Amino acid sequence: MEVRVVNVRKEFERFPALHDVSLDIKSGELIALLGPSGSGKTTLLRLIAGLERPTKGAIFFGEEDASQKSIQERNVGFVFQHYALFRHMTVADNIGFGLKVRHGAARPRAQEIRRRALELLDLVQLSGLEKRYPAQLSGGQRQRVALARAMAIEPKVLLLDEPFGALDAQVRRELRRWLREIHDRTGHTTVFVTHDQEEALELADRVVVMSQGRIEQVGTADDIYDTPNSPFVYSFIGESSSLPVKVENGEVWIADRPIGLQAPHAPSGEAVLYFRPHDVDLLDGCSGCIAGTVAASRRVAGTRRVELEIGGERQRVEIELPVDHPAAQKSRVAFRPRRWKLFPVA
Amino acid sequence: MADPEIKSYEPHHESRSAAVTESRPVRVTLTTVTLVFLGIFLLLPLIIVFKEAFAKGVGAYFQSLGDADTRSAIRLTLLVAAISVPLNLVFGLSAAWAIAKFEFKGKAFLTTLIDLPFSVSPVISGLVYVLLFGAQGLLGEWLKAHGIQILFAVPGIVLATVFVTFPFVARELIPLMQEQGNGDEEAALSLGASGWQAFWHVTLPNVKWGLLYGVLLCNARAMGEFGAVSVVSGHIRGLTNTMPLHVEILYNEYNAVGAFAVASLLAGLALVTLVLKTLLEMRYGAEIAATRGH
Repeated sequence: MEVRVVNVRKEFERFPALHDVSLDIKSGELIALLGPSGSGKTTLLRLIAGLERPTKGAIFFGEEDASQKSIQERNVGFVFQHYALFRHMTVADNIGFGLKVRHGAARPRAQEIRRRALELLDLVQLSGLEKRYPAQLSGGQRQRVALARAMAIEPKVLLLDEPFGALDAQVRRELRRWLREIHDRTGHTTVFVTHDQEEALELADRVVVMSQGRIEQVGTADDIYDTPNSPFVYSFIGESSSLPVKVENGEVWIADRPIGLQAPHAPSGEAVLYFRPHDVDLLDGCSGCIAGTVAASRRVAGTRRVELEIGGERQRVEIELPVDHPAAQKSRVAFRPRRWKLFPVA
Repeated sequence: MADPEIKSYEPHHESRSAAVTESRPVRVTLTTVTLVFLGIFLLLPLIIVFKEAFAKGVGAYFQSLGDADTRSAIRLTLLVAAISVPLNLVFGLSAAWAIAKFEFKGKAFLTTLIDLPFSVSPVISGLVYVLLFGAQGLLGEWLKAHGIQILFAVPGIVLATVFVTFPFVARELIPLMQEQGNGDEEAALSLGASGWQAFWHVTLPNVKWGLLYGVLLCNARAMGEFGAVSVVSGHIRGLTNTMPLHVEILYNEYNAVGAFAVASLLAGLALVTLVLKTLLEMRYGAEIAATRGH
């Protein structure tokens, strides 16, 4: 099921949580809503589910306007952050709940409900646990039961709110791979919310980066990482360093020195230079480069991270060196970013 | 599930916890003072109630309970409880549901209002009904013209009892429901359940032990209420006397055995309530711990 969010605005007691957000989700796609807390990602997910109503705008499921439909009518599978399993019901009863509450002819017979529950339990690799209660399961197992329960109603869209947020790192990685497999097998259109960029970039077909109630960028993991379209995305995704610079006649300057970067299309004036700390060329001499005094040097896993003070104003910037690189021993290091981007100062 | 390893962390029973620093005499004194207080103010009166009730033998005890007025008082008390407890069950449940699950204007005011019967003297509560429904009261004329008797009759007693026992169920459920939040209900709705189905299959089972506990307390108070009921009842023997009122009348007539026999029933009710409450707390405590054990 294709989902379109069209110019949606959401206010909570006059406080805007989403400003004019539009998003097209293709059928069968796995989408991540990524952003810091307060960016509106969970609000967007709840709006798609029908747990909230938009203040303005509309949400379409296929050609149908779903925004005025209740959550029951929308037929979405929602997996809650803390699973929200019914603690007084067994695992099998939890999974069968959505079928049990149907009315009339739509409601399968008890035996059929049970068969479906066991089938789904098998899909989430928890066969044999149908008689357990939620309190008797581990976090990862509860998460799987919650997913099986959401899939039992054959939803048009699967929505997951921080699906791995409450789990430890090991289980997270495992479940991530497993969710991808399930998605590929069942083909549900799936949207999940996360604040973990690694999770979003690894798992999703496309990532929606959000900040302060707006969508900053939508794209594949490569798009988002290699061509961030805003200072926010550049600094939020992956490691980044930034320096205040000046653009004059298509050339980038720091204080009174050109640093050897050509920006023929950038407007002249103040700007901020962004680059990845590991994506730099180290230089010996300095004619057209960024040079700085080593202020601090730390060993981080396979690399050495060096903090440099640049120019008279002692701007601090971080770069990464190979562990055995001779520059790490020196007190002055010169470099030039290999890939970089300029954002004019507003 | 209990982790077997936890056992090894249990402190040895022989050694005192390091947190207790008081010397032995101080500890003994404090414990004694507490026990003496409990004995004098709680245990002794209870013993006396039963001792006085059986002062003239088991025969006299049952004879006084068999008295027509006494039996009528017992029936009336049961009737009043049977009406007011379900009313407050429904009210308490809906108020707790509204306060814990929804945001609306005047919520803080409603929460305060629910506590009103706790903070107002029961006599005042009764008096309010007299001012409202009495012969000189606000609605007195109208009620008289339509032949409706509220004061000095069962409706008045029920009204006063409902007012006084108002907060028990709601007070018990509000914090419980607030802590549980809306997640389970939202999950039920997203799975296609109607609001009623979500309430019946999810909300109610989640609070059942707390609800039972509230009802138990509500019932104990409904049967034992004296002040408010005393003002509105009119003390008509055999008609509008509840058990607590009847105890007073019998006692004032120097019928000690009769008074204490009825009192022993009320005390018995209190004991049963306490035992049930303790059992529930054991059960309900484990369940709360389980819901928190993520």
